Amino acid sequence: MPGRLKFRHGVHPPELKQLTAGTPIRRMPFPTEIVLPLSQHTGKPATPIVQPGDRVERGDKIAAEDGFISSPIHSSTAGTVQEVGLWPHPAGDYKTAVRIKVEQFSAQAPRPRIIPGWEGLSRDELVDAVRQAGVVGLGGAAFPTHVKLNPPKDFPVDTILINGAECEPYLTTDHRTMVEYPERVHIGIRIMMKCLGVGRAVIGIEKNKPDAVERLRATLPDDVDITVQPLTVKYPQGAEKMLIKSLLDREVPSGGLPMHVGVIVQNVASAATIAEVFETGLPLIERIMTVTGLGIRQPANLIVPIGTKTRDLLDACGGMLPDAREVVFGGPMMGTAVADLDAPVMKGTTGVVVLSEREVKPQRSYPCIRCGHCVDACPVFLNPQILGQLAMSERWEEMQEHNLLDCMLCGCCSYTCPSNIPLSQLFSMGKAGLRKVKAA
Amino acid sequence: MTTPRFLITASPHLAERDSTPKIMWHVVLSLLPVVAASIYFFGPSAVLVIAASLAGCLMTEWVFGKRETLLDGSAVITGLLLGLILPAGIPLWMAFAGGVFSIGFGKLIFGGLGQNIFNPALLGRAFLQAAFPVALTTWPVIRENWWQLRGDNFALPLMSPREVDVMTAATPLGLQKFEQTGTELWRLVMGATEGSLGETAGILILLCGGYLALRNYLNWRIPASIFLTVGMFAGLLHMLDPVRYPSALFMLFSGGLMIGAVYMATDMVTSPVTNLGCWIFGFGIGFLVVVIRLWGGLAEGVMYAILLMNAMVPFINRATQPKLFGAQKPEQAKEGA
Repeated sequence: MPGRLKFRHGVHPPELKQLTAGTPIRRMPFPTEIVLPLSQHTGKPATPIVQPGDRVERGDKIAAEDGFISSPIHSSTAGTVQEVGLWPHPAGDYKTAVRIKVEQFSAQAPRPRIIPGWEGLSRDELVDAVRQAGVVGLGGAAFPTHVKLNPPKDFPVDTILINGAECEPYLTTDHRTMVEYPERVHIGIRIMMKCLGVGRAVIGIEKNKPDAVERLRATLPDDVDITVQPLTVKYPQGAEKMLIKSLLDREVPSGGLPMHVGVIVQNVASAATIAEVFETGLPLIERIMTVTGLGIRQPANLIVPIGTKTRDLLDACGGMLPDAREVVFGGPMMGTAVADLDAPVMKGTTGVVVLSEREVKPQRSYPCIRCGHCVDACPVFLNPQILGQLAMSERWEEMQEHNLLDCMLCGCCSYTCPSNIPLSQLFSMGKAGLRKVKAA
Repeated sequence: MTTPRFLITASPHLAERDSTPKIMWHVVLSLLPVVAASIYFFGPSAVLVIAASLAGCLMTEWVFGKRETLLDGSAVITGLLLGLILPAGIPLWMAFAGGVFSIGFGKLIFGGLGQNIFNPALLGRAFLQAAFPVALTTWPVIRENWWQLRGDNFALPLMSPREVDVMTAATPLGLQKFEQTGTELWRLVMGATEGSLGETAGILILLCGGYLALRNYLNWRIPASIFLTVGMFAGLLHMLDPVRYPSALFMLFSGGLMIGAVYMATDMVTSPVTNLGCWIFGFGIGFLVVVIRLWGGLAEGVMYAILLMNAMVPFINRATQPKLFGAQKPEQAKEGA
């Protein structure tokens, strides 16, 4: 059954995409040093396989996966390993990372290798190639893609949804990918369809990107069932559960996964990257990201070597303006504010947004006046008003009774709250509190 | 370059530009035309009574509340609303005492803004009605001489007010109830009737409330539900017995129904959180208003109807919790797909 192309509740933040929506993707020059954290993905961190002093070529594996839900990491540059040690991580703390000094005069050409055509490979060989290339979901969560392409057999998957909604304000990463590399997106989808043995794929794109819809439709292959579907512009349209609801009118059960309703969701950038792996033979060592915001001099869509330090990335965009106030990794609704400009961009970094003094939220909260705006905004139909009250008195277990674990921290409630109560922050505290209670 | 001038906050990093004080001050702004209308109808007495109730509210907030909460505008709303539902001839000290009660016992005693159960302005009025029933039901007639005071506004505290040379009359609802006399509809709609200061100009209140509803500063479902319930219930009764029961339009535009439905019942703090809850809340108020007006001992019932339903809000909230997304079992979801 087709969906109604929208979901209930949600909010309408300003789109702010015009800064970079028409800017073609360009390649960023190599910085002098690359820092590759071993924990860039959901799951166990990778294990380093290089020593300080080792010489690496662009595309060489520097860390191996540790277990099934993990992903290998490759060098995004030719150079010399300086150190394997603690380094500022975008999450705010210090984590182990491999620091590589970029060789100044290298042509940055990868080692020659033979690239097998994907059509000739079996299903397992395809999944294995994706795993070895270190591909993870590029939509932000960085969940290892090979795990998603290898679902347990008890839940048959009938549809792949390709997420091109890009509902976060400011970001145009997926938008530009769809406009400039539509063929890659389609090839990536075909590879994933083959891996999963699925006959149908639907690409969901918010209506504010008509050029992306048009480009993807113009390049549709005629031998597979891929459709392109424009969607209502509303945040969080790109959340998995909302996307499935909008496109297929299926509700992922509380506590369940998309595969429980026969669906796998992948991001368009992930699809393009999978195609690129089989096109160039290179693993995931660079990605497209939007560097934007009212606090940056030259907003741009860039191909960035993974591991580039925030500082170098911002310098490549003309540097920050004097009224820059907050640097956010990812979109402004769900992204993380970075505490240290030495923190590197990672595989899951969809963009870097530099917010100016004018747009950061006020720092003062007022008492809850029970206006109900948060209840009207919550896309998973929680009652953030009650949850907020419970969180303030640290009643974590009662929060769970009010379905705290269904909260996906989309931030709609905080966004709409007139009293500026940091609801989604309280809920992530609640989730952490619950984990602690359960561990005890 | 990692200097402390950078913010590190939790997501989301953007917020809607509405804030609680902004909502409050918009409500105050939207009340100004209503205040102007009351001054037009009731002359200097209106200015004095509203000022006295405002002073009572603001001073109580300033003395007993946290000082800075004066700026959030909620005490100003309470003061204005209380003034607007008092008769023009009331002694000023009573209006002031009503303001003190509204803020002190209607809001601060519960813990300040957002914690109270009952609408503070209505609670203040209920207190005055219980303490000074005569002063609260003496309605001056609209007079030619605009400058004349509409009663002994300057009576000393705890003294009985002097008889002033002011004509008093019953309100349209009183006329209807106790003398079976109707009032022309256009006078009700335009506000040229006896009644409290701000409750008479029905059309104006609707317009001001419409502005707030457009900005999403009040939940339109509450007044809509009250109007629908009162209109249909009263209309049905009028059809059954046109002599005994007044028409639906009369019920809608008489007494405090307009200001009650638009400004009192929609107080965010004391109304339900969910939209379904708001419909139920409005239905309850509308039903109680008609019951009290037609079969109760009082001519007017809006105040008690709203206060009663305020007390029901926690139950309504609990009964109308939103239904969790994906709450059905996986098997059912599969079948639905």
